[in-house]
Amino acid sequence: MNQPKIPVWVNIALIPFINIMLALFVSALLILAIGQNPIEAAGYLLYGAFGYQEGVGYTLYYATNLIFTGLAVSIAFKAGIFNIGGEGQAYIGGLGVGLACLAFDSSLPLFAIVPIAILGGAAFGAAWAFIPAYLNAKRGSHVVITTIMFNFISFSLMVYIMDHWLEKEGAMSLRSRDFEESAWLPSMQDILATFGIQIDSSPLNASFIWALICCVLVWGLIWHTRWGYQLRTLGTSTSAAVYAGINNGKVTIWVMLISGALAGFVGLNEIMGFNHSLLLNFTAGYGFAGIAVSLMGRNHPVGIVLAALLFGALYQGGSELAFELPSITPDIVVAIQGLVILFSGALEHMFKDRIESFFLRRSAA
Amino acid sequence: MFESLILILDATLRVSTPLIFAALAGLYAERSGIVDIGLEGKMLGSAFAAAAAATFFGSAWIGLFFGIMASVFLALLHGFACITHRGDHIVSGVAINTIVAGLTVTLGLYWFDQGGQTPSLVGAERFGPITFPFADALADVPVIGLLYSELLSGHSVLVYLAFVLVPVSAWIIYQTRFGLRLRAVGENPHAVDTAGINVAAIRYRAMIICGILCGIAGAYLSTAHNAGFLKDMSAGKGYIALAALIFGKWRPMSVLLACLLFGFLDAVAVRMQGVEVAGIGQVPVQAIEVLPYVLTVLLLAGFIGKAVGPKAVGRPYVKERS
Repeated sequence: MNQPKIPVWVNIALIPFINIMLALFVSALLILAIGQNPIEAAGYLLYGAFGYQEGVGYTLYYATNLIFTGLAVSIAFKAGIFNIGGEGQAYIGGLGVGLACLAFDSSLPLFAIVPIAILGGAAFGAAWAFIPAYLNAKRGSHVVITTIMFNFISFSLMVYIMDHWLEKEGAMSLRSRDFEESAWLPSMQDILATFGIQIDSSPLNASFIWALICCVLVWGLIWHTRWGYQLRTLGTSTSAAVYAGINNGKVTIWVMLISGALAGFVGLNEIMGFNHSLLLNFTAGYGFAGIAVSLMGRNHPVGIVLAALLFGALYQGGSELAFELPSITPDIVVAIQGLVILFSGALEHMFKDRIESFFLRRSAA
Repeated sequence: MFESLILILDATLRVSTPLIFAALAGLYAERSGIVDIGLEGKMLGSAFAAAAAATFFGSAWIGLFFGIMASVFLALLHGFACITHRGDHIVSGVAINTIVAGLTVTLGLYWFDQGGQTPSLVGAERFGPITFPFADALADVPVIGLLYSELLSGHSVLVYLAFVLVPVSAWIIYQTRFGLRLRAVGENPHAVDTAGINVAAIRYRAMIICGILCGIAGAYLSTAHNAGFLKDMSAGKGYIALAALIFGKWRPMSVLLACLLFGFLDAVAVRMQGVEVAGIGQVPVQAIEVLPYVLTVLLLAGFIGKAVGPKAVGRPYVKERS
């Protein structure tokens, strides 16, 4: 077999790298256009994200959310399903985490509450993904449209639930009572302190470890189980999956359940790890950012961790940037995120085909 | 009772207008085979460009022009990704929505230094209400006065334009050669290509029309309905328009009815805030708010009628070469 082949590194490293560079180049033009020096801005950004312990903590704290939503989007992508409902699933999943904490925080110790909260977040997130998945599998509804609608339904539902059942009297904004400390996920500085390591305090907490565990679990599930094989078959070719005797509807529903559960874990970090009370809009676009993370990470857990780190650094560095240069808002990070989605997602074929044919020709020669 | 009904209908017209423009925009795109969840981003981008240009030049019309230009640019970007580079339509739409959400605030802060907003628009910088002849004279006549002076008269020119564009669009799509080709490209691009018609060119034209209509929708938001640009002011209207497009089964007149229904629900929700209804008690506003989304989900699942979109929608067209 002497078929011309494209080297592996081209697809997993070179093309993503070129796409990111393009996105960052356009971002630099944008920064230039608003009268700032892109190199100086990048300096503030990097310093804010990695220059001191608290900054690194924040970067990893943002990355935690993005790993969860990135994994959620990517496992669905692997099966050929576009789950754009991560935002709503994360929101409802957070409700599950919050309810678990509110119910048991005064009766159970932390080590008993944590598994309940994990199950709560997973169950609520999965339930919110189940309906669109079921409607797709059984009634042929379009997953993308249905999950978009479910995002909006979740926003109204949360306001209703918070307003009618969970509101804390006399609070400035709509939020539940604070959890007892027994339902707080330990912060990273406390965890490391038990090993005798002192670090500055930041919102980074134990959910980061759970996010990394989830990466390993998802990796094992997709590439090392019979079920993951079915999932990948479905994603590669629906008709091949049918001929192979795979029940597409069943796989679709299971994939969406896992996807929703993963998105629901955002609540562990935000509700149980940082805010310690249930509140509105804590998802803050992480569900949508998960799309960018998943595209950039090429739907692989390792890529997702790297992409989540990059976006976490952008979020944290963006705040630093806005602090140092008042004429820049942290919203610029949202624009950069959009450019990444554009270049590594929508325009991925722009250079891919050319680069691939270049390597094909070279290996044929 | 009659008066509050008129007031609700009056509000319905005003909140339905951007939905009508955006849903028609989506209709042209999807009929040509391009899925466009970037309606939201195009509206937001246009709202910002229109408000900014209206501030600079002191004219709502120049604002409208710049709004349309911004939106057409974004529509062509979507076309470039989806038509020329066979990118995923949904991903491209998400990209555009995200870029615009960040870019508008960034540029807004840089140009106006008001936390991302544009300055308040006054006078000729906004589209003012058009008063019909004799509207003031007839205002006190029972029934007719309210209907004519309150409901029909006194809207901005863009509101009337929206209602005119619906039958015009129906005519273009069903009665003209371009409309026939547009529908054919969305159903079976191979057949169109075989007939010697350029598939990509038809789709690009559809995207330009989509851009123009979204541009008007956005300009309406910032220079007619409101007086200036606010962060995230499209607030999901692009998605509601998308829902209305599906609910109206991709047909102009039905889409108009869907927009009016969703607009009506919105207007009712605002008025029902904290109102006690006899026998039911207080109706939660959120229950009315979610109705458009719930209805669309039910329709898509075939529980209330059946919505079937254009066959080739969302699929890139690749010319076969032997």
